[in-house]
Order: sequence, then C-alpha cells, then structure tokens
Amino acid sequence: MSWIIDHLWLIPAVPFAASLAILSLPNGRHRGAAALAIAGQIAALVLSFFAFLPTLQVSGFRAVQNFTWFTFGDHALRLGWVLDPLAAVMLTMITLVGLCIFIFSTGYMIGDKNFVRFFAYLSFFSGAMLGLVISNSLLLLFICWELVGLASYLLIGFWIERPSAAAAAKKAFITTRIGDMGFFLGLLWLYGRSGTLLFYDGGNGCLESAGLAMLGASAMSIALLIFCGAVGKSGQFPLHVWLPDAMEGPTPVSALIHAATMVAAGVFLVARVYPIFSLGAIDGVTSSLTVVVWIGVTTALMAALIAIAQADIKRILAYSTVSQLGLMMVSLGVGGVAAGMMHLLAHGFFKALLFLGAGSVIHGCHHEQDIRKMGGLRRLMPVTFLTYAIGMMALSGVPLFFSGGWTKEEILHVTAHWAPSRLPYYFLLAGVVLTALYMTRQIIYVFFGNRRAASEHAHESPRVMTMPLIVLASCAILFSVVLTPAWPWLHGYLTDEPAHLEFARLIQPALFLSLVLVGAGVALGIWMYRKAGTQDRQRPADTDPLEFAQPQLFRFLENKMWIDELYARTVIAFSWMSARLSDWMDRHFWDGLVRGVGTMGRLFGTFTASVDERGINPGVDETTVGTRGLGRLMSAAHSGQIQTYLGIIAIGALALLLFYAWLA
Amino acid sequence: MSSIAFVLIAVLTLAAALAAATLQKLMHATLSFALTFVGVAALFFLLGAEFVGLALIFVYIGAVAVLVVFTILLTRRDVEKDRGANWGGTFLAVAMFGGLTWAILKTQSVAIAAPHIRALTVRRIGETLMTSYVWPLQCIGLLLTAALIGALVLVMEEKR
Amino acid sequence: MTPTLQVVLIVSAALFSTGLLAALSRRHAIFILIGIEMMLGAANLNFIAFWRFSPQSQPPTGIMIAIFSIAIAAAEAAVGLALVIAVYRHYRTTNVDRLNQLKG
Repeated sequence: MSWIIDHLWLIPAVPFAASLAILSLPNGRHRGAAALAIAGQIAALVLSFFAFLPTLQVSGFRAVQNFTWFTFGDHALRLGWVLDPLAAVMLTMITLVGLCIFIFSTGYMIGDKNFVRFFAYLSFFSGAMLGLVISNSLLLLFICWELVGLASYLLIGFWIERPSAAAAAKKAFITTRIGDMGFFLGLLWLYGRSGTLLFYDGGNGCLESAGLAMLGASAMSIALLIFCGAVGKSGQFPLHVWLPDAMEGPTPVSALIHAATMVAAGVFLVARVYPIFSLGAIDGVTSSLTVVVWIGVTTALMAALIAIAQADIKRILAYSTVSQLGLMMVSLGVGGVAAGMMHLLAHGFFKALLFLGAGSVIHGCHHEQDIRKMGGLRRLMPVTFLTYAIGMMALSGVPLFFSGGWTKEEILHVTAHWAPSRLPYYFLLAGVVLTALYMTRQIIYVFFGNRRAASEHAHESPRVMTMPLIVLASCAILFSVVLTPAWPWLHGYLTDEPAHLEFARLIQPALFLSLVLVGAGVALGIWMYRKAGTQDRQRPADTDPLEFAQPQLFRFLENKMWIDELYARTVIAFSWMSARLSDWMDRHFWDGLVRGVGTMGRLFGTFTASVDERGINPGVDETTVGTRGLGRLMSAAHSGQIQTYLGIIAIGALALLLFYAWLA
Repeated sequence: MSSIAFVLIAVLTLAAALAAATLQKLMHATLSFALTFVGVAALFFLLGAEFVGLALIFVYIGAVAVLVVFTILLTRRDVEKDRGANWGGTFLAVAMFGGLTWAILKTQSVAIAAPHIRALTVRRIGETLMTSYVWPLQCIGLLLTAALIGALVLVMEEKR
Repeated sequence: MTPTLQVVLIVSAALFSTGLLAALSRRHAIFILIGIEMMLGAANLNFIAFWRFSPQSQPPTGIMIAIFSIAIAAAEAAVGLALVIAVYRHYRTTNVDRLNQLKG
C-alpha cells in the first residue's frame, strides 16, 4: 500500500510524459497522439484508484511525503505530496471525467489539422491539474496552479487563426493573473509568518496547530489574499469576466477545464487551506469566511440572472458554471466544507456531461452554436437528448435520483443555519429557481419545438462521442447513491464521521421545499418558453419571449450587466493610460536623457578634437619651428672663421679681467 | 736700472710690434717681428733676467722667425701682400689695452719700485732646473719630442 | 724716472694688445701665429717683471716659468707652421677667410 504513497507523483507524471511524447510526434499522426493521451489518462486513472483504496481503510487517513527541493543558507525549500480523502476523491473525479472527455475529443476534433497539438495540451493540462490536487506545499500548488492557467490559455486560444480566440485567451490569462498576484502575496506572507509552506509536516506544517498558531491576526489577511487566487480561477465576481469568453475554445476544452476541473481548483484551494480561513472561528464564523460567503452569493445570483438572456448554447452553460461555483463558495464559507466538495464532485460529472452534450449538438448541427437557430433535435439526436436531460435534471437539483439534487440540498441545509444572516439562504433559494428556469429554457430551445435553420441537417453524433455521454450520465445518477442522506457515505468519508444507513432521513421538510422550488422553476420555464422560436401573437419568431416582455431587463442581462464595459472604461482605460504615459516617458524623457548624455559625450569629443586641432597641434608645430629657428640661429655662430672665434675669446677674456679687476 | 734706456727700448719694441701687426708686405712684417723680440730680450736684460733674454733670442729670432720666413717662402703662391688691421680687430685690441691699463692702474699693490736683488747666476738656474723643476723639465723634453715628430708627420708627403 | 712695476706691466699690456691686433686682423695664417707669439712674449715679460719686483725667494719661479714658456712657444710654433704648410698643400691657400670648412 505504501508503494502508491511513495509513488504518488506518478499520477501527474504519467500525463506529463504522455504530453511530451505526443509533442515529439509529427503533425499527421492523429491516431498515435490520441492513443498516447488516452493511455496516459487510463494509467493515471488506475493509479488514482490505487491511491483511493488505502484512504478507505482508516478514518482520518493522511499520508504525507515531503522532500527538500533546494537549500539556501539556513533555509530549505521543501515540497511534497499528500494523500487524504480530499485529494483522493479529486484524483478519481479528474481522471475519470478526463478520460471521458479525451475519448469524446477523438470524435469531436476529427479532421482538425492540429489534432496532435490538442492532445498534447490536454495531457499537459491533466498532469498539471493532478499535481495541483496532490501537492502538500502551497508553493507546489501554486506552480501547478500556474501550469493549469498556462494550459487553459493554450487551449482557449487553440484555434490560433481566430482573433476572438486569441483575445479570449489573453483575457483569461490576465484576469486570472490578477487573482494570482493576490495568491502569491498571501503565499509570501504565510511563509513569512509560519516559516513553512508545507501543509502537513509532522506537526510543523502551516495547516497544523503549530503553524497556525504563528499566524495570529494575519490569518484573515492571508486567507483573503489566497482567496483572490480562488476568485480569479473559479470565476467569482468580480473576476468572472473571463469564463464566458473562454467558450471560444473547443467544446471538450470547455468541458474539461471550464466546467469540471480547473475552475474547481479555486474551490479546492479554499477547502485545502480551510484551517487558515477558519482560524479563530466563533460559531464557525470568521471575517474571511464571511467575505467568501458574500462573494459566492453575489456570483451565484448574478450569473444565474445573466444566463437567462444568453443565446449561445455554451455561454448559458458557462454562466451556469459560474453560478454553481458561487454556490460552492457559499457552502465553504458557511462551514459546509464536505457539502461544498460533494457538490464540486457532482458538478464535475454533470457539467462535463452537459458540455459534452452541447458539443455533440454543435457537432451535429455543423458547428452552429446559437440556440435560436436550433430546435426539435429531440428526435434527431435521441442519445444526446436523453443524456442532456439527465444532466439538466442533475444541475437543476431534481432530488432522489440525481446527484446534483442531494448536494444542493446539503448546501441549502448548512446555509440555512448560518449564524450571521439568513439572506444568503434566500438568495440561494432564488438561485435554485433561476437555475431550473434557464436550463428549461435551453432544453426547450434546443431539443423541443419545430426544427429551425440549423437543425435541418442535424444528425446524431458517432458512437465515440455518445459513449462518454452515456458513461457520464450514468455516473451522475449512480453518484447519488453515496450522496443521499440515507447513507451519507461520502460525507462521512470526507469528514471522518461514521455513516449509517437510515432511510428515515430521506424524508425531510427541506427536501420538500427544494422539490417545490425546482418544480416551480421548471414550470415557469415551460410556461414562458413553450412557444419559443416560433411566431406567437405580436412576437416575431426569432425574438426571445423575455426580450419581448421586458426588453430593457433583457438587454441588461444579455449584455452581462455591462460589467465588461465597466471594466473597459475604468481598469483597462487606466491601464492604457499608464502604458501610454510610460511609453511617452520612455520615448521622450528617458530617451532624451540618454540622448542628452550621448550628445554631451559627443560635444566633449568635438571640443577635445578642436582643442587638439587648433591648440595643441599648432603649439607643437610652433615649438618645432621655433626650435629649428633657434638652432639655425645658433649655428650662425659657427662661422668657421678663426679670427671671429678668436675675437670672441678675447672679448670673453676682457670681460673676465674687468670683472676681477672691479671686484678687487 | 736706467729709465731712459727702458723707455727707449720699450718704444722700439712697441713700434716694431705695431709694424709686425700692420705692415702689408709679408717679409717686412716678419722682420719687424724679429725686431720686436730683440726689444723684448733687451727688456729682459734690463730686468736682470739675462739668461732668459738670451734664450729668447736663440729661440724666437733664431728659430721661430726663420721658420716663419721659410713658411712664407713655401706658401708663396697665394699672396705677396697681406691686409693690414681692420676695424673690429683694432677696436678689440684698443679695448683690451684700455681694460688692462685700467686694471693695472687701479691696483695699488703693483706701484712699487725695484728692490735690490742678488744677481741671478746661470748656475742657480741650472741647479733649480735639475732639482725643483726636474719633472717639468722632463715633460718639456717629451713635449718637444712630440712636437718634432708631429711636425714631421704633418708635412710628410703622402705615399701614393 | 725709475720704472715702477706698473709701467712695465703697461708696456707688457701694450705688447699683448698689439699681438691681439695682429692675430685678429691679419689674413695670412702665419700672422695669427706671429700674433700669438707676441702675446706669449708679453706674458713672459709679465712674469719676469713680477719676479724682478718681488722679494726674492728660492727658487726663482718667474724665471723658470719664462724658460718653460719659451720652450713651449717654440714647440707650438713648429707644429703650427707645419700645420700651415699642410693646409696650404691641401687647400692651396693660406687665407683664413677661406679656411671655413668647420662652418656649422
């Protein structure tokens, strides 16, 4: 058993290796690339399963393997991996959902020129995500966090010839970067206060009591800074703007990254460092957790409202993801860590299912994505319809058979008991209704009604694409087995509580409330949109019923509440101005200084040259001339005339004589 | 000593010297030169240095003047006559005489009369030469030898 | 008048100046030598005069100097005349104005 713990690093390493191997293939080898990627993913799945087994045996299982990366002076930078229930379930979910999506992609991306590159990136992402989940060090988690962000950037902008895709990739990267900066600051602060970034280290880790004790009052700030990273990655308000734009990437990418796994990383992070968030909790409430709750609530409600007015099949699902992530954050914030994680796992399955279903629809309608141009696909694409319906019911929260219902129930339960306020609970109830409403709208538009433009030549997708849909749908249903309150095995597994089989707990008043709400939402949706896509009294065929009824509200929601425009006017405009100011400064001011120094040097050189030309050279020349003249002068004394010499001697003698005579 | 004799001899000497310096004809000038030394020798006699006077006559008039005559005769082709004094030389000579005279007149210590002396005998000269001045005597001998050889070498015809 | 030392010295000075005149103004090379001999003679006169007018002391230095001076003058005259002849042979002239090869 300890073999798997010692070799836990294999789980992310195998997909990474597969990615490298795929990159070395030439561009035409589609089959080889797909085979390598899927093989890597299957290997990771098998290894995750083996990792899962030991965690079942002991309650409160936690195995840690730390190593030193490098030392500098007295300090050592240590990394490691951890295996505990949280990590184990995430591993299983990621590998399983990933495998389904990989298989789906072989059908969806058929005929794409860059097939090989796609699978390389997918494997790379898979490895990074798995690494993130098992890391025992906040630094290692951050490294994998950034790698996952990189994979997301590469995959969103996969179709490089599309400028909209490139812009969306850039937006995603920059927006998450803003969150990551907060994350990094929190990381540094944590390291500074507690001296270690390892989560569990035999009692010295930063999440263990000794480490937590060193944080003191800074725990709230550190928690909030780390939460910034989660806000960016999980698309919470105000950094949610990148997620809908990320739909520019291929649909399998949307399914894997922006539904099931990467966006879940933010929620996972909060769950991982929960002890920091909950340090010093009174009644389970701290300031940082309160912030988490309110941001989550805002996000959930806002995204659900916007989803009602969207026309792109993937955008609706994107906003739905944002809304569900908000829901998970709320759950974590009010103290229901296990509930939030359970919803995360369930959401991973059914959101991937929904996205893959959307992908199937898009593929069948020959890459049409506007739901107003689809319709009546129920008969033409039965398997897709059935699986999509299962997913929709799971998402809406239909209880009993569908996993989403149980987990949402759990979340509402814990939110209702939140001490500071009941408001989140009411907002979440509204969110439940809205979720059912927009999903019903989407299903009616796409699968019911008359066939519209794109659905004329629609056909069912091939088996390679429908099989994963069926698998995921089955998971969505079967998962609920471990989620029911009758046998809360997963809850017990995650929270170390024993779980007993009790059918009585199936009957609860809260359960009825949610049933009523979901039913109301579905009914409202059917009533509002039953004639969608067709002419109805004064409303023309292609106008949305809500748009007809409340045009201003619809416009507001359709334009994503103008948040992108707000950012463009403020943050981006400011950034532009700073960039232009810096450019001007560089071009004129600093360049001017440098040029000035250069000019001074040049002037000095000219000056020196002129001094040399006009001053020194003539001086030297004159000196030579003078010396020559003097020489000529002196040589005149050598006349060669003996009598002249004699005369001079006589004069000299006379002078000497006179001098001595005068002295005497 | 007699002053009249002195004056006469001095005048003779100086006149002859001037003649030697200014006469144009070479032979005449040479003979005046010889006469000058006759006068100088006479002055020496007056001053009591007879031996030196005689030596002067032997050497200067007997040897040097004759040598000069020979040389003039041997180098006759160029000129018969020579120019006299020129302005620069005259001026310088006069200036020299003036300076010397001034120096002499200025010095009081030389305004003395001749003291009585013992006559200087040749014997004494000989004795002095051989005892106190024997080294200079030998050097002079060497010098004369060298001069002799040198003169011979200088005028020797080159071997063709 | 009894000739004082000053008078004798003045005569000697006149002889010296005359010799200088001869040396400076004659053109013929021989006469420069004659002038030099006259100057030497004047110097001898000086020595003898000083010997005569000074308290006598052994040895008679003035006499000795004069004797040696005469000897040297003779040697020098010989060599000088030989030089003049040698120069005449080479340059065919005894005119010192024309003997200016050492002009610098």
